[in-house]
Amino acid sequence: MDVISNAIDALVDITPLYMQGFLLTLALLGIAGVGAFILGVLIAAMRISPVPSLRVFATVYTEILRNIPLLLVLFFCAFVLPILGVDLDYFLLAALGLTLYTSPFVAEAVRSGFNGVPVGQAEAARSIGMGFTQTVGLVILPQASRMVVPPLINVFIALTKNTSVAGAFFVNELFKATGAASRDHGDLVLLTLVYAAALYLAITIPLGLIAGAIEKKVMVLR
Amino acid sequence: MSASVLYDAPGPKTRRNSAIASVVGAMLIIALIVWAYFILAAPRVSANGAEQPGLFDPSRTDILADPEVWGAFGRGVVNTLRMAGVAAVLAIIVGILFSFGRTAASKWIRIPTSILLEIFRGMPLLLLIFFVFLMFSTGGYWAGVLGLGIYNGAIIGEALRAGISSLPKGQREGGLSIGLTSLQTRFIVEFPQAFRQMLPIILAQLVVLLKDTSLAYVVAYPELSRTIKELQNFYGSRYVFTLFAIGLVIYLVMNVSLSYIARYIAKKSGPKDGATTPNTPKQPGVDGTRAITMPPRGHASYGVDNGSTGGGGY
Repeated sequence: MDVISNAIDALVDITPLYMQGFLLTLALLGIAGVGAFILGVLIAAMRISPVPSLRVFATVYTEILRNIPLLLVLFFCAFVLPILGVDLDYFLLAALGLTLYTSPFVAEAVRSGFNGVPVGQAEAARSIGMGFTQTVGLVILPQASRMVVPPLINVFIALTKNTSVAGAFFVNELFKATGAASRDHGDLVLLTLVYAAALYLAITIPLGLIAGAIEKKVMVLR
Repeated sequence: MSASVLYDAPGPKTRRNSAIASVVGAMLIIALIVWAYFILAAPRVSANGAEQPGLFDPSRTDILADPEVWGAFGRGVVNTLRMAGVAAVLAIIVGILFSFGRTAASKWIRIPTSILLEIFRGMPLLLLIFFVFLMFSTGGYWAGVLGLGIYNGAIIGEALRAGISSLPKGQREGGLSIGLTSLQTRFIVEFPQAFRQMLPIILAQLVVLLKDTSLAYVVAYPELSRTIKELQNFYGSRYVFTLFAIGLVIYLVMNVSLSYIARYIAKKSGPKDGATTPNTPKQPGVDGTRAITMPPRGHASYGVDNGSTGGGGY
């Protein structure tokens, strides 16, 4: 009995901390998700564009950001950008870092969706005299957008998990809260960890289910 | 000259315009870099009025003459590779086990495996490493290896499962009809094909694994990014930028070269055109860079000709 009441006390004790962390995690996910989506679509558009220099730029951007650990990207945002005159608090800097880090993955997902559209579609559009913008905007994009959604959701699931790294840079999100709670309640470490895991899973599993459902629907349509 | 079906080969006017735009764009980027360089190089006055030298000042880079620093970086790289190597082997083994569990005939195996897999895939790697470290008191190295192995194993397992389920039904039926047992069919007929088809994704995931070793900082394992932190503590925070820049270059070199090796292997042993595997990808994004490009002429219309890594990489 004593163990249980102890555990309940601890749960009550850490819940405010966890909720605050959870909200910050959600906020990071929201800001970085929207930002990375916009930036990623732009990069993907550059990568298929007729202008060679845009293609080169997008490729270099993707290669660099994909090959640096997130920890170093966030480090750059948190410590180097302020020197360059970017005057934001650590939360926004972390959101910016996550946006930059996630955008190439969004771009790759979008591009792979484009590539999933059968080549005959583009050929048909071109053969009736459509230009690049028309071909992409009227024929390829509407078909690709359906295919893009599941891998895109996978990218956002990864982003949810990656927000935990921001905890190392003065953002009190869920993982930081977990660290603090596991130190305060050394006897109930398992409880604090499972609690945090459950909160993360509460975001990622529904997203995964949505992705799966959409994927099934798209497969029927194709 | 472009082989894309999306647009015509540009004429002289378009070529000239895009050349001008390229030069202007490149100049803008160079100007931005130069500007950043000068800002970073300029001495700064901190809040209490003390002036600090610029980031490229010799007093910030003089530790580079110290062989101890390079020794520490070397040890950091070795530790990173040591962790990534063992974790990669573990991840592939765990991934194979997961993929068999997920496609098992008995639901008593299939459903628990699926739940376990969802949990491992949905949890942040940082939390998983922390979990192993605190619960099993394994020490930093094994906490990192186990965390990375299980997490990436779950993702590789999913990729392999997708590979198995995208095989034509006839493969399994063929195996069973010549008298192989269900398990033999899976091992001898289906699994080798799925593994080959998913090789690009598995290799891309291993690159991610190498990158993610940096998260072992949380259990104080002295890999590369932890080394940077420790050097900074030892030599003082004025070397922060120098150490960071060196770490960045080392990570880039390691990961880019591994990516290129991965792509080379994927191209050599990946699914060939006209293979038995279906050309239409069942999982959008996981497979399917072949459409819209025009492979017969050997040009990639979308500006890149590497294997698809769109599905992997988290």
